[in-house]
Amino acid sequence: MPSSYIPIFIFLAVAILFPIVLIVVAKLVRPSAPFLTKLEAYECGIKAASNSRGRYTVRFYIIAILFVIFDVETIFLFPWAVRYKQLGWFGVSEVGVFLVFLVIGYLWAYKKGALEWI
Amino acid sequence: MLDAVFFYTFALMTLTGAVLTITRKSAVHSAIWLIVSLLGVAGLYLLQQAEFLFAVQIVLYIGGIMVLFLFVIMLVNLDEAAKQRQFNNQRWIALGCAVIVGAEILYVLAKGTASLSLPAPAAAPAAGGNTEQIAVSLFRDYLLPFEAASLLLLAAIVGSVIMAKRRA
Amino acid sequence: MNFFILSLIKAGIVAFVLMTTLAYLQWIERKVIAHIQLRVGPRRVGPHGLLQPLADVIKLLTKEDMIPSHVHTLFYLLAPFLAVMFALISIAVIPFGGKVNILGVETYMQLTDLNFGVLFILAMSGVGVYGVALAGWSSNNKYSLLGGLRSSAQMISYELPMALAIACPLLMVNSLSLREIVDAQGGFFLGVIPRWAVFQGPWPQLLGFLVFLIAAFAETNRVPFDLPEAENELVAGFHTEYSSMKFASFFMAEYANMVTVSCMATLLFLGGWQPLFPAEYGSKFIPTLLFAFSGAIAIYHGLNPARKWDNITLPAAGVAFLGVALIFLIPIVAEILLPLFWFAAKVGVILFLFIWIRGTLPRFRYDQLMRFAWTILFPVAMVNLLITAFLVAVTTK
Repeated sequence: MPSSYIPIFIFLAVAILFPIVLIVVAKLVRPSAPFLTKLEAYECGIKAASNSRGRYTVRFYIIAILFVIFDVETIFLFPWAVRYKQLGWFGVSEVGVFLVFLVIGYLWAYKKGALEWI
Repeated sequence: MLDAVFFYTFALMTLTGAVLTITRKSAVHSAIWLIVSLLGVAGLYLLQQAEFLFAVQIVLYIGGIMVLFLFVIMLVNLDEAAKQRQFNNQRWIALGCAVIVGAEILYVLAKGTASLSLPAPAAAPAAGGNTEQIAVSLFRDYLLPFEAASLLLLAAIVGSVIMAKRRA
Repeated sequence: MNFFILSLIKAGIVAFVLMTTLAYLQWIERKVIAHIQLRVGPRRVGPHGLLQPLADVIKLLTKEDMIPSHVHTLFYLLAPFLAVMFALISIAVIPFGGKVNILGVETYMQLTDLNFGVLFILAMSGVGVYGVALAGWSSNNKYSLLGGLRSSAQMISYELPMALAIACPLLMVNSLSLREIVDAQGGFFLGVIPRWAVFQGPWPQLLGFLVFLIAAFAETNRVPFDLPEAENELVAGFHTEYSSMKFASFFMAEYANMVTVSCMATLLFLGGWQPLFPAEYGSKFIPTLLFAFSGAIAIYHGLNPARKWDNITLPAAGVAFLGVALIFLIPIVAEILLPLFWFAAKVGVILFLFIWIRGTLPRFRYDQLMRFAWTILFPVAMVNLLITAFLVAVTTK
């Protein structure tokens, strides 16, 4: 393991300990007086009519799946960018071909209305 | 010493996560334990200095695919669905598969590492980090698979949009 | 000195400075918003409300912390913890300045320079989605769940244009190490124009910077993209059911994320700690002039007090500012402080922009927000990347 990782782990320890310490300290000093009404789900004062585990709109799913696809494409661009000058025009044309297919896919999805929220 | 501590920590994360993924009843819990397992694998990549793989593992698998999984589970309320229909008739097929895989693992363990023909470890990189080397091999040596990947992604876009927007 | 001890000391300093910044960012935000709305803001606790952050912390610590009966306890407790942890960890790879020599110890003003620093920050911001998503789901409240879902969908949507905008400076620099990215932006065109990515040829990254900033606002759930907490439709979004210190954790995570993206914008596009104009035109006197000017204003207002106590507190602040101005004149100290000053100034300007926009703009509607990400920002970022790639390839021999 290269030594440049060690500070990351040190800071990770800080980042883990900090919230724990805060929450433990808070536990020591705060009052606690729970009662039934206070512990109910907050729905602006009205008693919750149903559990919140229900079915929600499918649009979130479309956004997530399109994100995964375009994220793969984006992450491939990073090694290309890092070795850009070495790869030269060869790399540009290669990524150009790669992107053409995705742009076709993007335009098709746009035409189908998958990118519209409504 | 420090390496070993980190290796066992990450290995434990991976294995615990994997076991709990398949044993938890609630689908959301399974997904979250799968995330823990994937994080452990990312840590193992980092220990091997496969930094680009580490980033891909986290950005794509944990930040992308698992978010998708969680969305689907939360959106369709899988826990309810699981109560309605049981998948018990797959139990015997699963048992058969497990026995075969177990036998394979035991066989390899019994023969030891000598039986495997492992390629010689790659020479230490001359210069540049892991990302730079990936760039060279991805864009020079493995050109065709890379371009084929874009076709696969195109197919994925078409498939997902058609599945989600069947009425349009 | 031992590398390990040095790292510990640096981690301690960074953590302390970061916590103070986060606490006072809250104070600055309240003051600035107040003045935008013609109010005075907090001024009861301490002079000019300067002790307000401390009072807030004490209040939040001693508030009752209830765990509602209908939540999933483990994930409910884990979510704020994850949000803070992943928000803080990114700071570890951010460089604040170049190499310095303090009392014979040579070190970089940075915890560690990873050769995949940019990817590391992207990865950590990607995992940050889980704090919000888990909080929304485990709260078992309709407002929370909707807020959490909205927030995660928004964060992943804006991650794409953000990543594409980040790739543009990388094309020019060919490195993922944040320190090398800043080093490549040193120097001046024609002796005066800084070689920051926003000004650097062949294709100045003004568009990329704009895309990055817009995406950064959405990633941090700030106005005009604060849909997850849209209080008039979702009460408080994903943290409706959180109270006390757990609630404060989400706040802290939001502010830490703001600081991180501001640092990223500074490092990638605004040349990090590189000065605005060359030292031979006197850029090293800018901090002295700035602090002396603020000191003079404070003393003037102290002599013409508008409120009670102003005749004591403002001259004191003025003298302190003049003292800081003098510190910047000491050559040895100035050498260490100058890069820090430029870095902090740029980050401060972007943070001020965050607050200013919060005081100015109304909120988007959710469908507008998503359509903007997918049909405007993403194509613009892509076209910008392609133009950059083409022009860099043309100009590279």
